[in-house]
Amino acid sequence: MKAKFNIIQSTCIPIEIDNCNTDLIIPARYLASTTRDPKFFGDAFMHDLRYDANDKPVADFVLNQPDFSEAPREGVHEIIIGGQNWGSGSSREHAAWAIAGYGVRVVISSSFADIHRNNLLNCFVLPVIVSKEFQTDLFATVKANPKAEVKVDVPNQTVTNLSTGKSEKFDINAYKKYCLMNALDDIDFLLENKDKIEAWEQKNA
Amino acid sequence: MANTLFDKIWDKHVVQTVEDGPTQLYIDRLYCHEVTTPQAFDTLRDKGIKVFRPDHIFAMPDHNTPSDQQEVINDPIGRKQVETLKKNCEEFGITHFTMGTKDNGIIHVVGPEKGLSLPGMTIVCGDSHTSTHGAVGALAMGIGTSEVAEVLASQTILQSKPKSMRINIEGELQPGVTAKDVALYIMAQMTTSGATGYVVEYAGSVIRNMSMEGRLTLSNLSIEMGSRAGIIAPDETTFAYLKGREYAPKGEAWDKAVEEWKKLKSDDNAVFDKEVTYNAADIAPRITYGTNPGAGIAIDGNIPTLESIPEAERAGFLSQLEYMQFNPGEKLEGHPVDYVFLGACTNGRIEDFRAFASIVKGKKKADNVVAWLVPGSWLVRKQIVEEGIDKILEEAGFELRLPSCSSCLAMNPDKVPAGKLSISTSNRNFVGRQGPGARTVLCSPLVAAASAITGVITDPRKL
Ligand code: SF4
Repeated sequence: MKAKFNIIQSTCIPIEIDNCNTDLIIPARYLASTTRDPKFFGDAFMHDLRYDANDKPVADFVLNQPDFSEAPREGVHEIIIGGQNWGSGSSREHAAWAIAGYGVRVVISSSFADIHRNNLLNCFVLPVIVSKEFQTDLFATVKANPKAEVKVDVPNQTVTNLSTGKSEKFDINAYKKYCLMNALDDIDFLLENKDKIEAWEQKNA
Repeated sequence: MANTLFDKIWDKHVVQTVEDGPTQLYIDRLYCHEVTTPQAFDTLRDKGIKVFRPDHIFAMPDHNTPSDQQEVINDPIGRKQVETLKKNCEEFGITHFTMGTKDNGIIHVVGPEKGLSLPGMTIVCGDSHTSTHGAVGALAMGIGTSEVAEVLASQTILQSKPKSMRINIEGELQPGVTAKDVALYIMAQMTTSGATGYVVEYAGSVIRNMSMEGRLTLSNLSIEMGSRAGIIAPDETTFAYLKGREYAPKGEAWDKAVEEWKKLKSDDNAVFDKEVTYNAADIAPRITYGTNPGAGIAIDGNIPTLESIPEAERAGFLSQLEYMQFNPGEKLEGHPVDYVFLGACTNGRIEDFRAFASIVKGKKKADNVVAWLVPGSWLVRKQIVEEGIDKILEEAGFELRLPSCSSCLAMNPDKVPAGKLSISTSNRNFVGRQGPGARTVLCSPLVAAASAITGVITDPRKL
């Protein structure tokens, strides 16, 4: 599932909900699972907005609209444009698994909740923080033309609205960038540093 | 250099700082519950590694726990999750507080009351309300499941240092106003993302005079304004609360610890990245009207009118009210209530039950109300019974249930049916949080109690 990051150029899914909390991204009843199956979580992505009480697709929800319903694949719908304060609320990493499991690789917003942002990174989904203007502009672009593409260039840390040519730099620390570009986990790094951990313990015993 | 309390705890726990990257932070306590850990233990199995420091880790199920009986979980998926936690703890040598036994309860209630959460510690758990433990003067943060695996494997995590904020609340709280109201007030001022990227320290005379239970409620709600953690400097109130607790240091070790803990405060001239001050006199009993905890008003106030909302936010405002079946400008005091929930890691402590009982004593529960009164732990429940609070509740027509997260989130049988209005002491009024279609109004135990008696949203000061 872990693919190395470089340049992603894709059409987008606009989810224009501010304060979209992780309860909305994945409802609590999916949390009781002990599985790691990406499909299980991908199917549950935004479930209660996507489907009604009888499990019928809600026609006007963005993921069910013909323009945006195609499942993500290379170059198609790999990017979500989210409302501000994306991923607030519960710390459930299941929300990041749902996004990754659905097939999305990048979430763009003007702000993210801290825990969810870390979770996305740990699940190899790149959170990209842009200015409010850039975000508003992107929503307008994609609404006018669902086929509009956005380019996320990880090596150069730029995000470009290819329809308007507007581009912004985004922040990511060098360590995380290296991890994403080489598909490396934090846990491997930590395991390589056992000696430093033990040294800390001795000093503070 | 002058340091904040947050700096002091952070600096002490730095194992190393990765060049142009995050800090590797040592973790004193990892708490595990059944929902966010199964996949973390799987990661260890995949890699063929053991838990690095099992004695730093404590586990207990709480989310799936039923509150009516605890012999069996009827839902097979929930049952499997609870059993998986127990098995994982056995396999990896971690202390596990089994469902239905005297040690069990909601992690954020059990940690402090057992003296497992102590001043100066770094504490993490795969749960956003880990912020609760900051009330004892610890740096306590919610993390995701990948990070739980990191801590299991190395007792450390990688974190970029958040900014610091101090929130001062000065003056004296009016009668009928609780820590919960203070938190709901701050959230309404700051919005649910106002503290994103920060660790908040709470200070000022209101905090100094606040009980430990009140402080735990306040720190619990830090995450609802986006804060990474909510710390309160330990003082005599903290020490008195912790002394004699099961896992707290004893004898000479206690005295030594207290000496160290007394140093845990922000230096006089420490500079915070942001500082705000609120006046206690401005805070009334609060309720929420929308579907995020920041959408709140004073209980005797009105929902904002549409005109008072900035144009860009109107659509969101209206969709919240549509879900809640409320109207702009409406007064909620007097609005009929279907369900009342006292409990959760926010308000499931002994002081909350005392407060609730003080209102309902000698009165009768309204017939139209279903009430769930759920202690946060078995220790809280024991204390309720010892103090005779259960009798007061019973005489007023209430039933005391068994410790659980209960109706705080829809993972166990305590679900509020679609369309029903619940007045709840929990921490989240999100769409579907208490059950698909359920409508949640957040409030203090006093407001919950007064409303349970009258059957409508009621200001406890007027009862
Ligand atoms: S009581 Fe609610 S907020 Fe607290 S841990 Fe349980 S589910 Fe989470």
